[in-house]
Amino acid sequence: MSKMVHLTIDGRYVEVPAHYTVLKAAEVAGIRIPRLCFLEGIHEQANCRVCVVKIEGQRGLKTSCSTLVQEGMVVSSNNKEVYNTISFNLELLAGNHKFECWKCSRENSCEFLDLLRRFNVENDFSNAKLFEQKDILFNESSGAMVLDSSKCVLCGRCVSACEKQSGLGILNFNRRGSKTFVGPAQFHNLDDAGCIYCGKCIQACPTGAISEFDEIKSFERALRDPDKTVVVQVAPAVRAALGEEFGYKIGTNVEGQIFAALRELGVNEIIDTNFTADLTIMEEGSEFIDRLKNNKVLPLFTSCSPGWINYLEQYYPEYIPNVSTCKSPQQMAGALIKTYYAGKIGKHAKDIVSVSIMPCVAKKAEARRPEMGRDGYRDVDIVLTTRELARLIRHQSIPFRELEPIKPFGALAQYTGAAAIFGATGGVMEAALRTVTEILEGHSTPVEFTDIRGLENIKEATYKVAGADVNVAVVHGGRAIKDFLEHLKTTEKQYHFVEFMGCTGGCINGGGQPIVPAEIQEKVDVRARRAKVLYSIDELASFRKSHQSEAVKTIYRDFLGEPGSHRSHELLHTHYTKKVPYTR
Amino acid sequence: MSLKIQITEEKLAQLYGTMEANKKKPGPLMPTLHAAQKIFGCIPLPIQKIIAKELNESIAKINGVVTFYGNFSIEPKGKNIISVCLGTACYVRGSQGILDAFADELKIKPGETTADGLFTLEATRCIGACGLAPVFTINETIQGNSTVQTAKEAIRQIRHQS
Repeated sequence: MSKMVHLTIDGRYVEVPAHYTVLKAAEVAGIRIPRLCFLEGIHEQANCRVCVVKIEGQRGLKTSCSTLVQEGMVVSSNNKEVYNTISFNLELLAGNHKFECWKCSRENSCEFLDLLRRFNVENDFSNAKLFEQKDILFNESSGAMVLDSSKCVLCGRCVSACEKQSGLGILNFNRRGSKTFVGPAQFHNLDDAGCIYCGKCIQACPTGAISEFDEIKSFERALRDPDKTVVVQVAPAVRAALGEEFGYKIGTNVEGQIFAALRELGVNEIIDTNFTADLTIMEEGSEFIDRLKNNKVLPLFTSCSPGWINYLEQYYPEYIPNVSTCKSPQQMAGALIKTYYAGKIGKHAKDIVSVSIMPCVAKKAEARRPEMGRDGYRDVDIVLTTRELARLIRHQSIPFRELEPIKPFGALAQYTGAAAIFGATGGVMEAALRTVTEILEGHSTPVEFTDIRGLENIKEATYKVAGADVNVAVVHGGRAIKDFLEHLKTTEKQYHFVEFMGCTGGCINGGGQPIVPAEIQEKVDVRARRAKVLYSIDELASFRKSHQSEAVKTIYRDFLGEPGSHRSHELLHTHYTKKVPYTR
Repeated sequence: MSLKIQITEEKLAQLYGTMEANKKKPGPLMPTLHAAQKIFGCIPLPIQKIIAKELNESIAKINGVVTFYGNFSIEPKGKNIISVCLGTACYVRGSQGILDAFADELKIKPGETTADGLFTLEATRCIGACGLAPVFTINETIQGNSTVQTAKEAIRQIRHQS
């Protein structure tokens, strides 16, 4: 129990533990001190000087995010001096920022703009265009993420987020003083800088300096092309978060409204990525059983998360033989849309535009991989993030909150509860275990494997399957991936099956999901709330095991044959290559 | 003007040696960068990559430090580094004229290196030799009470020797 301290902020008396900062104490007192660079647990370096306060008896102004409370402190967060200083600091920051608000990805979630409005900043320096006096880094070489240093306010949040959350430190400050910019070393292209596109930097950025590679325009063009059929797939985690963009509470399921909105937008066919999640389990499950029975390379690593695949190819290529050859559900769906589904609706692959709505920016890069297509076409043509879909819905003035939920209207939209939980950490493993144990044991096995749920970075469990111990582990987030693989190098323990995801919490906390403002991130566990949506879908599902899905049975009977068949291998499996950063 | 730098086996061995020694100390990065700058005359990306790998830091972070400090450079510097002090005392005694004279004589701007790799010209802050103002330095030698003539003479001498 920490010692309690008493202080007054703007005349309000408040009692808080001694390790609290003034900023946090103010929150307890119900006072919102303005802040820009502070991101609890990630970036606490007092760079922006927007949160300054006057503390009686102390010289000058102090940054409240880095000043600890003291007994009897008298703080003023709103007097004339503080107000003028903050306004002026914001003005200086604004002078360095290129205002292109109408086309900015952060149109309704810009923390910087909110502050400029709150302080009625005159922006006298905007004509100075200070950002033009230094070299600007503008890089979209990855096709997944865009860096634009002219919008950067040098708060340093992304640098810390990259280091603390992915453990990679891809972004850092370059140069100094007025020439400073944030990016990989020396204007290096992001696609050759070791980045895994987890997008944690995007979610940390208070402005639009880092964003996803915008594909809204190409989607809009495809919708208006009379010769094309637009087929859209929606990933599991999208339905758990899109509502946030339209004022719903964090953790609201808006599945039916997403489909309704897509219909309003004029999409021809909708399928559910959940269907191919079930398919992934069939393929990956049979791959696991094959490896287990025939003494092939173990542990088997999952392959659904492209962030994780990027990590593996660049930092631990020696483990490539361990990774499942299964494509991710997005790419499986893409391949089926352009083959099986095209045949079903009587179209040629080239007349179909395959679009996916994903919680992820790494998916954009995955869709561009040369091996993800055939005969000169790509399996997935356009990848929109959850945020991009929200923007599009807003731009088209679709009244999202008033939409009547509908069912998807394509053939590949049935799914089981096992598929729904793919979007949360531990979900892929649990879904796989549901099917694998049943096949190996030859009779019905339990549905829930709760040991591997939850938000701990590395989760381990052992299950007895057909008389043998199966050791599984679940790992999420770049930091934990490194920890686990280093552990794997030295440990004696034989793991059999390991699930990896590039983002902490899994896809529900993906780099393409709605951005939760810093102030709310501190109070709410976003990951747990969104995950709950998926687990309740699972609980209510009539089928909760992938192999029970009628749709899965049908596609194997009509088209694929059996899991691991020749056709499956052609369409649903892939390969990986070692990649070395900073070589181009 | 970009010069090719020579990354020889011998120089690399020297760098690895320093890193081994520095790794035992807390904060091995700065001494390593100082050594690298001295060994190669600059710290370009290929060298940064080696240091990053050896010290287990990201390349972007190493580069951040290299490009922050004026003492490190990512492009090769010339064999002789001429720094003209533009601190207050030197400036009021006409060091701008000396800097211009160097620029004129070497046909480069401050911060650049001559095509033959012989000279790099730099403008610097006060070096603490105000009593001798105006001052310029060539490598580690300080030339006080300098004039346009002594500047030109110094260049002539180096050119003559090499």
